[in-house]
This record gives sequence, C-alpha cells and structure tokens, in this order.
Amino acid sequence: MRFTLNGVATNVDAHPMSRLLDVVREECQLTGTKEGCGEGECGACTVLVDGDPVCSCLVPLAQVEGAEVVTIEGLGDDHPLQHAFMNEVGAQCGICTPGMIMAALSLEPDASIDDIKVALSGNLCRCTGYSAIYRAIMKARQP
Amino acid sequence: MAAVGNSVPRKDGIGKATGHAVYADDIVMPGMLHGRTIRSTIPHGRIRSVNVVGDVPGLIVVDHHDIPGRNVVDLIEQDQPFLVERDVRHLAEPILLLAHEDREVVDAVRVEIEYEELEPLFDPERSEGILKSIDIVKGDVEAALADADFIVEGTYRTGHQEHVYIEPNVVVAMPEEDGIAVFGSVQCPFYVLKALKSLLGASAHIRVVQTETGGGFGGKEEYPSMIAGHATLLALKSGRPVKILYDRGEDMIATTKRHPSIVRHRTGVMRDGRIVAMDVDVLLDGGAYSTLSPVVLSRGCIHAAGAYRCDNTRIRGRAVATNTPPNGAFRGFGAPQTEFAVEVHIERIAEELAMDPVSLRELNALRPGDTTATGQVMGTDCSAHMVLEEAVRRTEFRAKREQYRGTNRSIGLALFFHGAGFTGSGERHLNSKARIDLTERGVRIAVGSTEIGQGTRTMHAQIVADALAIPYEDVEVAQPDTTLVADSGPTVASRTCMVVGKILEQCAMEMKDRLGGMSPADYHAKHGGFSVLRKYEPPDWIEWDDHTYRRDAYATYAWGCDVVEIEMDPDTLEVRPVKVTAVQEFGRPIHPALARGQIEGGTAQGLGYALLEHVVMRNGGMANAQLTNYIIPTTLDTPEFDIVMLENPYAGGPFGAKGLGELPIDGPAPAVVNAIRHFGVDLREIPAIPERLVACASR
Ligand code: FES
Ligand code: FES
Repeated sequence: MRFTLNGVATNVDAHPMSRLLDVVREECQLTGTKEGCGEGECGACTVLVDGDPVCSCLVPLAQVEGAEVVTIEGLGDDHPLQHAFMNEVGAQCGICTPGMIMAALSLEPDASIDDIKVALSGNLCRCTGYSAIYRAIMKARQP
Repeated sequence: MAAVGNSVPRKDGIGKATGHAVYADDIVMPGMLHGRTIRSTIPHGRIRSVNVVGDVPGLIVVDHHDIPGRNVVDLIEQDQPFLVERDVRHLAEPILLLAHEDREVVDAVRVEIEYEELEPLFDPERSEGILKSIDIVKGDVEAALADADFIVEGTYRTGHQEHVYIEPNVVVAMPEEDGIAVFGSVQCPFYVLKALKSLLGASAHIRVVQTETGGGFGGKEEYPSMIAGHATLLALKSGRPVKILYDRGEDMIATTKRHPSIVRHRTGVMRDGRIVAMDVDVLLDGGAYSTLSPVVLSRGCIHAAGAYRCDNTRIRGRAVATNTPPNGAFRGFGAPQTEFAVEVHIERIAEELAMDPVSLRELNALRPGDTTATGQVMGTDCSAHMVLEEAVRRTEFRAKREQYRGTNRSIGLALFFHGAGFTGSGERHLNSKARIDLTERGVRIAVGSTEIGQGTRTMHAQIVADALAIPYEDVEVAQPDTTLVADSGPTVASRTCMVVGKILEQCAMEMKDRLGGMSPADYHAKHGGFSVLRKYEPPDWIEWDDHTYRRDAYATYAWGCDVVEIEMDPDTLEVRPVKVTAVQEFGRPIHPALARGQIEGGTAQGLGYALLEHVVMRNGGMANAQLTNYIIPTTLDTPEFDIVMLENPYAGGPFGAKGLGELPIDGPAPAVVNAIRHFGVDLREIPAIPERLVACASR
C-alpha cells in the first residue's frame, strides 16, 4: 500500500484492513502516535490524513492509499505548538499530547476558546483539565 | 534566577510534545512475545478444570504451578494470588497466562474453564468479611448528642470511580543474564520489586525500570505488581522478552477502582450552630482482596469529620470484602468519599437550622489551637478560614446564592483538607532515602519517585538546584531503576514534593558544604564525583498511636474551598458545571504552573466523579467498560476554572511546600451536590446522574 508519510513516499506491505495506528507505530516505527482506547473515543491516536485530523485506530490502511498522512513526528522538533505545550504545561503525563497537538493543527488562527473546545472535544486528557492546553494553543499563535 | 517559585520548563516537556518520550508500549525487543491473561468469567466459585483448546505451535502457557516462589502479591496482607489455584473470588481474576510471538494468534487461542459456582456476595452491607476496622474516639459522643439542641442524621453514598489514565497498563519483562528486568508504566517500582521477590524468591536478581508513564492517579500504584509478575512468569518460561498490554476494556474490567462508600452521620448541633457531637460510620467496599483497603480506610476515617472542630467525635470505619475486583488506590485515597459525606451533611445541617451555610462553616471550621478528631492540635499551618473567606469573597457567594434563587442556575461550596504524606507513623516506617550524585556536568538526582505527569522530575530538580545554588539546567534526573536509584518510597499520598523533596533539599545542602564554594563541574574535574545519600527524618514532634488512632495523623494538611456554579436543564435535569473557583493552600508552590495543573486536573476529575462517572456493576463486574459509555469529562464538560493559590509556608517541607496532588479531588463532588441542593433536590449520592436527580425530585 502506497501513501505519503510525513512527506516521504512510503510503501507498506501490510493487510489492507490493518489499523493505520498499528502500521504507523509498528511497521513504520513512529511511536509518537499513541493508543488510549482503540475505539475512537480518546483521540490519543490522532493523525492528519490529507490535512484532516482522524483517529488512526479507526482507519484501515486501505483507506489511506495515495493519501498524505502526517504524524507528530512530521512536525519536526521545533513547532511553535510543541514549545507552547512545553512552556504552558499543556503536557503532564504526555500520553494525550501528540494527539492534542495534531488535532489543534487544524484550528484557524483566530479560533475562539469555544472553537478550540469543539475542535478538541474528541481528545481526552485525564491530567490537565484542559485549561493548560488552551493556554498553550493561545500562546503558540502569539508572534 | 531562583528555580523554585518560577515556572521553569518541564524536564520532560519537549520529549512529550514531540512524541520522542518512550512509554512502555513503545518498547520493542527482538524475539518479544505478546502476553495475554485468561480470567475468570464468574465472580465466585472453584475451578474444576482448565483446558487450552487445540495445539498452537509456539504458544507459551503458564499457570500457578510455574511459580517458583510464593503465589501472593506481597502488599499489606498476603492474600491475593498472582494466579488462581482453585478458588475464584471475583470476576476477571487471572487464572492462566499465554504468550506468543504473533499477537493475533495469542488473541485467538480458546481456553475452556469449568467451574463449580458459588453464591457471590456483592452488597458490602451484608458482608461479614472485615478487611479492616478502625475506631477513633474523642470525648463522649453519646452524652453530647443527648445534650444537643438538634440531631441531624444522614446517609451518603459514593460509587466506584475508574482512573482512566489515558495510557492503559503495560509491562515488558526481559530475561537478563542472571535474572529478570521489568520495564513498565508503574508508579512504584520498589513495590513491584517487593512483589517479584516474593514471586521468584529472595535471591532472584530483579531490576524494575519505570518507563514514561501515561497517567496513574493511584491506578498504577499496586496493580502493576500483578502484571509485572505475569510478564515475568511468561518471560522466564519462554526465555524471551514478553509484553503484556491491556486494552481499554481489560484495564477497566480487571484493575482497581476507587472504593464505593456508604457513610452515616449523626450530628449534635446547638441552636446557634455550634457542632457538639459527631458520630460517623464509614463503610468501604474493598472488593475480593485486601490490597490497600486498610490504609484507604484509615485516611478516609481520619478525614471523615471534615475540616471542623468538635469536642465529641466518634468515627467507626470498616472495609469489607465482596466478590468484586479489588478496589484500590485512587487520588484522594478514601478522603474524597468521606469528605463528600461530611460536606453534604454540613449543608443539610445549615438547612435544618435555617442558617447560612457559610456562617455555619465559619463558626465551626478548624483554627490554630483546635484539635482534630484524632486529637491533633492545629498549628499556624491550618488555613481553613483563609481559604473559605477568600472563596466566598471572590465569588460573591452569598449574593449569587440569593440572585440565582428560582432560576436554573445555582452555586454551592465545599470546605476540605488533605493530610500530606503517609498516615501516622507511616513515614517513619517507610524510612525513605534519597540520593544525589555529583557528575561531570552538574548533579544527578537518583530516587525511585516516579514522574507520572505531576512534575516529579521538574520540581525535584528545582529544589536541588536552588539548595545548591546552581542553574536548574545543570540538574538531571535519573530514570527510576531499582538497581540504580535510592528507594525514596512510593509515589503516592502527596508525599513526593513534601517528603522526598525535603530529603533532596538536605542532600543538596550537604553537597554544597562539601563543594566548599566550587561549582560541581570544577569540583568534579579536580576531585572526581561523589554521592550524598540521606534518610527522611519526620518532624520530631509527631506522635502517633497505631492502636488508638490518637494524635498527629499527618505532619501537615493542605486546605481548599471550592465554589461551583452549575446550570440544570429543566427538562432532563442534566447538570452542567459552568464555573469552578478553587482556592487552595498547600504551603507554597515550587512550580506555579505545575501546581495550577494539579488543581485544574484534579478538579476536573472531581467534577467527573460528581456528575458523569458511573461504573455500572453487573454480576460483579464493570458492565460499561468502554470509554463510549463510561464518560470522563471532555473539553465540552469542563468549565472555566478560577484557580487561587494561597500561601502559608510549612516549615517541614522544602521551601515551605506541603503536599498538593490529592487535595483538589476532595472538593468538587460535595460542592456540586450542595449546589444541586439549592435547587431543592435532596441528593445524597454521586454520581449525580439525571436518573438519580429525577428520582430525588419526584420524592
Ligand atoms: S486510540 Fe484511537 S481514539 Fe483512542
Ligand atoms: S497530559 Fe495526561 S492525559 Fe493529557
């Protein structure tokens, strides 16, 4: 199955019904994407497929044929959201963080706090109570 | 710049934000097998036969006969087996272990188990299996009740709560040259070590390493010892590394939860509002084995009279056995249950006396010089009035309460406290140690205290940096590995900052003396490295009697007052929190942003406990073991927080800090239910799900 992973043309030999999550973590050894539930409820496995955030635990590999997939590793190590999550303590245990950041990427630059809440409503965090995550997202936009 | 008091970058921040941090499920080893646990499908009975169906090449099978040492998870009592031998005491109890190189193959294996079924017991009120009982007596409660102007009685109930750390349990065990290494998502690597020593025999060479841990909240305090034991047995039998990863459903069904409680109050009050007698009865459902229930009960009972002064108090507590999976540690450790009961009860007393609920609390809340139920004299570190007054002032509580009357909005509050560190003589028995090493670059902290999100590495490094007067960046923190770090005790009980941080501060001061004014790097270049190891010295004034439960239950307490504003849907009676003001005093924040995060996160968990998190038990097991129908707060369920951190430094803590981690979860549930009470709904149970509100409203 061919697709683009973090900008690199990739060809994976796996069952078409394999979960994209397993393909990314095991076949491609990109373990930044996390599994919290395997049932589409927690968002820890969020990646971008053609620019849209999706739960990779629910996506069969066949569905990304020819698509652009971006995982947390695709942002490099120097993305403003990553720094803001660090500085604002948007990450405590950190298991939700890659998924949160991937979900936050799709926000418009002028998104209000309510827009942020809606965009992240599929991403569970058990540590922060979310406020620090909002602070991080707001901070990341400041020049 | 001083590190303490500033929100320096988290040591683990960037690794977590880039996805580079390594959690246990990220570990892959050559030849690694995938383990699976076969569990009982009945809550009570005896095993007649176990049969693995078919012949699966490469399948490793382990049962209790494969245990070289003792078949018990060594904790407080030695009653829980790693693997059932004959008697099944709860649903989902581990019986057999399987491992195979191919995860799909092992998942497809069928195991047939025949049982002789026995009648299960699920109702804690009918249980005669006492795991622990406690009696706290102060003054003469019966005489004082007889003399009181009024007696107010009530029964309050709380349900299970599931931790829902977003990373489910996972452990990898790997045979090493002369023993076994275990890598896992664990809160207490030295607890795992102790359990494995009993499993394998004392002479076994065992190394336990904590990997990055995706949340714990108490849920990874004792249960990982069980999983580590299982992975170890499979690894030893196969001679290969074995990973056991629970999926969400297994994690929810099989692992521990917060103890359900039934708490009865009988309180004597005078016409002017003075509380003169408190008679409290606490019942906790411990589940099938003792695990940590005795100490959960202990903390629960000590907090059961709330943050109030009363000369005549009797608290009787029991933790009992039922045929359900054992309940265990969960942030707050018994106190959220008993503080829920007492705070809702206080609100009912105010109602009965037609008194303002704030005034009733002002009249009775502890002040320096007062004594608690155990007879502990409050010092100047008692801040009950400070937090109450600030919360009431800041939220304009009284005015809002009037203003909301008759609308679909309401406001409620709760006053609470939380003892920091192990109860009573616990810290003395623990005898924790901490070590720091002088390195080429600076200093390395080597303790078993784990980073589970709360900021252990960061705050410990801040404390050591400032005590040594070196830059924060020059302090590194070793990964907890039981063969390499000092046993600083378990990462529980809000003790990691206050107790372990204090030992580290003393280590750093000793090192500073030895450096004689040189920088660590210069000293190292000239004389080489050295280490400083120190033990915890509890304050010498602490007196505690384990038998009578008298005197100084905790070295100090943190204090909080939460004010919750809610809205109720008039048709569905669904309650939505709109705003929470959390005023909390915990000595002094070492790292304000981390401390704020503890309060916000703990408050959100407390709101979930109050309103959403309903564990439905069927035939002794969790029937809604999925995130689809066990609901924790999402962004849309979590209101705006106004967090206020008041300071009242505690001389026994590093830089004045007390413990904070658990305090925030004690307040939200009673504050929410007290707000609901102002709608005229007499609710005495959580979670406050709409069905229950409908039932109360129609009564
Ligand atoms: S793991 Fe995919 S949504 Fe939870
Ligand atoms: S930081 Fe732990 S779940 Fe979000």
